[in-house]
Amino acid sequence: MDQGFFLLFATVSVITALTVVLARNPVHSALALMACFLQISAIFILLEAPFLAVIQIFVYVGAIMVLFLFVIMMIDVREAVLQRFLPGGNLPALVLLVLLGVEMSVLVFWSDRFSGSEPVPIGGGGDIRQLATTLFADYLLPFEAASVILLAALVGAIVLARKERE
Amino acid sequence: MVPLSWYILLGVVLFVIGAAGVLLRRNILVVLMSLELLLNSVNINFIAFGRIHDDFRGQIFAIFVIAITAAEVAVALGILVALVRNKSTLKVDDVTMMKG
Repeated sequence: MDQGFFLLFATVSVITALTVVLARNPVHSALALMACFLQISAIFILLEAPFLAVIQIFVYVGAIMVLFLFVIMMIDVREAVLQRFLPGGNLPALVLLVLLGVEMSVLVFWSDRFSGSEPVPIGGGGDIRQLATTLFADYLLPFEAASVILLAALVGAIVLARKERE
Repeated sequence: MVPLSWYILLGVVLFVIGAAGVLLRRNILVVLMSLELLLNSVNINFIAFGRIHDDFRGQIFAIFVIAITAAEVAVALGILVALVRNKSTLKVDDVTMMKG
């Protein structure tokens, strides 16, 4: 049951990820990326991390993809649509990618520590209360640092995108 | 029950596809989207390992990765808008302003 759902979500996410890279129109890439993020959030639910799944949908599908679509609409993409995309044009990068994929798959299959099944969850694995306690007690300083980084990014984005009125 | 290696393999596949987008595409928008794909594959691995070890730290680091990704996208799209306003190009090869 779980395996069937996992295979379904994984297949769809891989297909949509390939669409992101192969589509010529950036709008199609953005929509495929949105579908891929939805599949990944479903996989998070399979991993018993419902909070992360909700965060994934809110942040990625709700915020980041809307930002992408707004920028695509602001920018004239017609020139980018017209140019041809040939994956074979860059041979060293392609070789590097094949090496990367083969190396990581060999490492995963070679090691026998990854083949074990999941342990049976004790009391429903992903308890959000415990997660919040860990996040706000043990990891308070990184949390505050993340908020400062977000504020700096907000100010920086506004300054960068502002029109110069001289 | 889904074995851990399946999750890691999904992460590997998505990572390689994202790296292919970063290395092979010349459109800056698609390169940014492929970066999102890379970070998501890392998140899958974080949460899978956290689940297998019954530890919340995997999920917490995934939350941090998502927060940093949001900041990165905001800044990157701001830079992109400024770039298009100045040079009106979307190709990575045409952006050689910082070459000195």
